Amino acid sequence: MLDNILESLAFILGTTLMYSAPLIYTALGGVISENSGVVNIGLEGMMTIGAFFGATVGYYSGNPWLGFLVGGLAGGALALLHAIASVTFAADQVVSGIAINFLGPGLALFLSRMFFDGATMTRPIDLEDKIPRSLDKILTKGTFIEKVFNQYDTVYLAFILVAIIWFILYKTKLGLRIRAVGEHPKAADTLGINVYNIRYLCVFLSGVFAGFGGAAMSLAVVSNFRPTLISGQGFIALAAMIFGKWKPQGAMLACLLFGAAQGLVVFLGGTEFQVPSEILAMIPYVLTLIILMGFVGRATPPAADGVPYEKDSN
Amino acid sequence: MFKKVLSLLMVSVFILTLAVGCGAGGQNDTGENEDKVKIAMVTDVGGVNDQSFNQSAWEGLQRAEEELGIEVSYLESNQDADYIPNLETLLDANNDLIWGIGYKMGNAILEAAKQNPDQKYAIIDYAYEDTPDNLVGVVFKAEQPSFLVGYIAGKMTETGKVGFVGGIKSAVIDGFDYGFHAGVKYANPDVEIIRQYAESFTDSAKGKAIATNMFQNGADIVFHAAGAVGDGVIEAAKEQGKYAIGVDRDQNYLAPDNVITSAMKRVDNAMFNMAKELKEGNFPGGQTVVYGLKEGGVDIAPTTSKHVPADILEEVEELKQKIIDGEIVVPFNEETYNEFISENIK
Repeated sequence: MLDNILESLAFILGTTLMYSAPLIYTALGGVISENSGVVNIGLEGMMTIGAFFGATVGYYSGNPWLGFLVGGLAGGALALLHAIASVTFAADQVVSGIAINFLGPGLALFLSRMFFDGATMTRPIDLEDKIPRSLDKILTKGTFIEKVFNQYDTVYLAFILVAIIWFILYKTKLGLRIRAVGEHPKAADTLGINVYNIRYLCVFLSGVFAGFGGAAMSLAVVSNFRPTLISGQGFIALAAMIFGKWKPQGAMLACLLFGAAQGLVVFLGGTEFQVPSEILAMIPYVLTLIILMGFVGRATPPAADGVPYEKDSN
Repeated sequence: MFKKVLSLLMVSVFILTLAVGCGAGGQNDTGENEDKVKIAMVTDVGGVNDQSFNQSAWEGLQRAEEELGIEVSYLESNQDADYIPNLETLLDANNDLIWGIGYKMGNAILEAAKQNPDQKYAIIDYAYEDTPDNLVGVVFKAEQPSFLVGYIAGKMTETGKVGFVGGIKSAVIDGFDYGFHAGVKYANPDVEIIRQYAESFTDSAKGKAIATNMFQNGADIVFHAAGAVGDGVIEAAKEQGKYAIGVDRDQNYLAPDNVITSAMKRVDNAMFNMAKELKEGNFPGGQTVVYGLKEGGVDIAPTTSKHVPADILEEVEELKQKIIDGEIVVPFNEETYNEFISENIK
């Protein structure tokens, strides 16, 4: 009996980690961008392009980390378009984000056909050429610990990055500047901070992180890219960021919650517990809504979030 | 000022993306030879090289071109909104038959058929309640190959447990589901089958979680009928060193050591046969044509022999013959499944 419970728990926790890692990267991207005052709803498109480049470079080079890195850079490149539109030209950030969400999948599809003889999905990567599972050799097979923690390294990297971003945002001069630009760009500007540079950096980084999120899907969760691989994760990450009150640790918790709900749903669907799977499939979303309404309380975005900064205007 | 320039830019980017969406292909503008039969197809959003049914459909037409001398062409759709304009384009090109590939085009094709009663249409994977005389719906007996792969799973399982992962419950997926169940039970009534639906055709991570759970609960072979969710199922088999069974086409290439067989739809054969019927003047307008093992419309993957022992393969061949002869009628929903079980399994 106890064994059964432990085994179920191990499965749910393991699934939570697997499911939430790509979301955490992407939500972190959202946190960075929005703390500097640029709304980024283009995360989904950046994730898609990251997933494509991750799988493609990983397949051709045989080096998953190179693929992961290029996936991030591809997301960053797409994000630069968003930065040009929303920072330099002070365009509506939502509109430009939507454009990115169209552009990302379209570009991925187009390039996929170029690199894979017209196919819309990339070739699968062998198990040994995927992101490694460093703990695979250390942990004893079949134990509770192994079932929970035998994850791809990208999962652990996600948590490390949460800590790093938290440190940068709240403990360094750069972080202070980022938040100042997000709260009151004019004041920051008068103090000699270059608002444009900070925002460019942050939007670029948000693309890199979203790209990492996508690549974590295509190089670890599965081993190939297809156009439907990223379908909604970018938006879930966006919601998680708001849910987490624009803080890296909050966003991480929200992603974990969402992942746990998915793990629970899959677990319940596999038991004798008779609930229609349509209802089960709703749980993660309903749970998110309920917690958002009841427990999180007022979530206040950075004051200048979504407002383009123009030096000459007031 | 900048804003205006920018919004102009954005709009042009949008339009460009949309325009790139509907690329044309094939050799469709040599309409000089009047007595040549012309057939064209519109792909769904997968495109003509999707390594799935669109590609298979195009291969069927290419074969018709080689063997029957039919003139063939295709138009690709990159989004659902492209179906109607693509159908219009083909209508203007004097085709004898226009194909829609995939159930997603069901409504677009029906509308086109109603508006242009002189043009012949056909669609893959769709059965209409009331089919106009110039339209044919083509469906596949998915339960038959599912039965065969189920039989293989039932014979090959070492743990006495196998799994089925479905996408979203529907009549089509029921065919896979109950066909597979029947096959497993026919091979060995004592094998337990775990069934779970992902409620998605795209969430690969969920597919992976479901299959991982099944493997942890003792299953050693999992069959999926769940589109991209199946990528996750196959990935789980790969990671855990277990077996998976592919669907629609030969999915062995996704994990050569783990995908032991696949339940295939031979869309190419259906397209070829229809071309032949059309050329011979036997176009079955107004009907729904069902392709099964007998018509060569479904099969199991050619790579099956890599993993499945020869004696089981022989039994599968015998089963195929029995299904073709009508000795075994494979169930396709819950009701027929229960009948099947009470008649065949003591």
